[in-house]
Amino acid sequence: MKLAGESWKRFCGLSFAPALRWALAGVLVLLFAASAEAARISDMQDTNVWEQAIRFFSLRDDVVRTALLGSIFLGISCGLLGSFIVVRKLSLFGDTLSHAVLPGVAIGYLVAGEKDPFAIFVGATVAGVLGTVVVNLIKKTTHIKEDSSLGMVLAGFYGIGIVLMNRIQKLPTGTQSGVNKFLFGQAAAVSPTEVWMIAGVAVAAVLMVLLFYRQFLLGSFDIGFARSLGLPAGLFHYLLMMLLAFTVVVSLQAVGAVLVSAMLVIPAASAYLLTDRMHRMLVLASVFGIFSGVLGAFFSFLGNSLPTGPLMVLAASSIFTLSFLFSPKHGLVSRWRKRRRGQKRIENENTLKAIYQVRESYGFAGEGVRVKDLALRMGETTDETRRRLEKLAAVGVCDLKEIEGKSYAFLNPDGWLRACAVVRNHRLWELYLTNQAEYEPDHVHDDAEVIEHILGEETVRHLERLLDYPAEDPHGKLIPSLADLQRSLTKGSSEDKATGYRMPNQ
Amino acid sequence: MQEIPLETHDLTVAYDKRPVLYGVDVQVPEGKLVGIVGPNGAGKSTLIKAIMGIVPITGGWVKVFGESFARGAKRVGYVPQRESVDWDFPVNVMDVVLMGRYGRLGLMGRVSKADREIAEACLDKVGMLPYAKRQISNLSGGQQQRVFLARALAQESDLYLMDEPFVGVDAATEAAIIELLRELKGRGKTILVVHHDLPTAQTYFDMLMLLNMRLVAFGPTEEVFTQELLQKTYGGRLTILSEVANTVMKESK
Ligand SMILES: Nc1ncnc2c1ncn2[C@@H]1O[C@H](COP(=O)(O)OP(=O)(O)O)[C@@H](O)[C@H]1O
Ligand SMILES: [Mg+2]
Repeated sequence: MKLAGESWKRFCGLSFAPALRWALAGVLVLLFAASAEAARISDMQDTNVWEQAIRFFSLRDDVVRTALLGSIFLGISCGLLGSFIVVRKLSLFGDTLSHAVLPGVAIGYLVAGEKDPFAIFVGATVAGVLGTVVVNLIKKTTHIKEDSSLGMVLAGFYGIGIVLMNRIQKLPTGTQSGVNKFLFGQAAAVSPTEVWMIAGVAVAAVLMVLLFYRQFLLGSFDIGFARSLGLPAGLFHYLLMMLLAFTVVVSLQAVGAVLVSAMLVIPAASAYLLTDRMHRMLVLASVFGIFSGVLGAFFSFLGNSLPTGPLMVLAASSIFTLSFLFSPKHGLVSRWRKRRRGQKRIENENTLKAIYQVRESYGFAGEGVRVKDLALRMGETTDETRRRLEKLAAVGVCDLKEIEGKSYAFLNPDGWLRACAVVRNHRLWELYLTNQAEYEPDHVHDDAEVIEHILGEETVRHLERLLDYPAEDPHGKLIPSLADLQRSLTKGSSEDKATGYRMPNQ
Repeated sequence: MQEIPLETHDLTVAYDKRPVLYGVDVQVPEGKLVGIVGPNGAGKSTLIKAIMGIVPITGGWVKVFGESFARGAKRVGYVPQRESVDWDFPVNVMDVVLMGRYGRLGLMGRVSKADREIAEACLDKVGMLPYAKRQISNLSGGQQQRVFLARALAQESDLYLMDEPFVGVDAATEAAIIELLRELKGRGKTILVVHHDLPTAQTYFDMLMLLNMRLVAFGPTEEVFTQELLQKTYGGRLTILSEVANTVMKESK
């Protein structure tokens, strides 16, 4: 199992890469290359697992071929329909639908007297539609809200289904009936007829989405606007719901009623984290769906016919976890990084501000500030201050120098400009709060401590205009103005810029 | 012959049998900027939606340019309330504006280059062209509203129905939008705008529709914007009433 674990890691590593190409490549690797590579590794290792893997991916086995094809098509339809479910906030509806079909499966079996795919298909579809009707009926005729009625129908229909299944198990032919496989799925139990049905639904879904992409998109985003255009929005809504119902019904054998909705939602939700365009989401979700389906079938095969549904969902959940952590925009890790960067910037800006304040206390005489004075100002030890300054030096706005045995910090023009900007933001905001918003001067400092780091240039100009280009803050201190700053910068560029900088307002 | 852009007769709408609009009769003349004014829950949005068949009507009829709405739909543009959609939806600004073209594409037609150019021109008009590739959740409220406006412009309609286009919009954007609406009017378009700020309603619109579950009054602003009619519209709500009374008083000086 160790090797299987490694290949698992490799596949997942490929799948989270945002570029579609990689995910596709992953599937291709899975389908074609794995056997070749496996042969090489198997020389050194216990071969049992790899022999199984080769058997699986070389598609020698009819059963495997059927299961694999079924998983691929299932992944496509689940990804496509799931995407619409997710953006329309219909996940709970999908869950209800997939549980509501269960009694239909049992009744289909009982009526046909055997595991007849068509009888089960019809039974499941009817039960699914009935479930939907009951939900709407409860919603329309009582004041029970939709989530409750969905929950009730889900549980109620599922309960009936379980009772019927138990009865079937107790029949003389019951133990061989295979209806229990409809709960958690068994890809290996998928018959060729069922694969045809799964493929049919997948092809229909792909065709419909290709042909009517615009209708589905607009209907999902803004159905009122779709109606206002005179488009048959209702018709397309029902078309989508019908495709959804068929997807659920044909997926039952492979994934099982309990977890079909997870196969709808999880690949789509992973894709939703990775892209912000609907068409990309559809493609990504399908790829993730295929990937989860194939992996689920594979591990079910390795584990000697473990239930497929949970394994598929496990694969899908791993993909989701990776998207959740590493999505460039919405991922936990990238958000954490962004926050770290922000914190570092704020820390540096606070150091710059303190340097400004120390120079202000010198009356802007001299060019550098003594590290000791800075430490006093910031209320910390000189070592701590030195570490702060080294961080500033690392971003290239500050130099540390020893003069006559004493340490000094010098800001270069960029650093000084930045320091003035932070002080200006702080003091402008305090002034704005006291003058325009009429706060007491002792109420405004803490707020300004936060705001000073996030004011954009446009807002600053606006504030300056609003306050009529003020020269002093509420505490009587100078406010370095934007215009002065720029003037001093152009003047300063001719001077030696390795040393400190003059106060602009001087 | 002059067409009547919008005519309703005895228009009645109910949600789950609870009537929210009774017998509304209006005839909106061409080339007018019309404000629809009334308290919260007065049925302003419902009126607009009923005109376009978004909610079913329980009685009466609606005609746009002398035809049923289904036939005249291409000549009607719509700006829904901003909260009516999910702004986290995975589309960008351009995608949304192109939706304004869908009504002209037929069921399976493709978006053409010409459609794109029109969409770009409309985005430019509302000053949102630089944002064309932005995902819509990364926009401010005012920007989102302008995207909706651009989408309606892309419809190239003759009658526009706009539901609260000024909500959550900064003063500069509001002024820009009103400028745009006046320009549309100058080109002979008819525009109905749901609006909830009375003082500005008086200055923005040529005609006002005072609505509170029924049509209280409909006519030129100077005739309709009277203390008596406003009192009838906002009846019972003292805070608003006194506010309105004050504005009316100020205006009449
Ligand atoms: N979909 C709906 N179902 C049931 N009642 C609704 C629905 N939409 C609006 N209403 C009710 O209809 C009345 C009018 O609503 P609306 O037209 O949105 O008012 P307005 O836009 O003037 O604020 C309100 O009482 C509201 O609660
Ligand atoms: Mg409204």
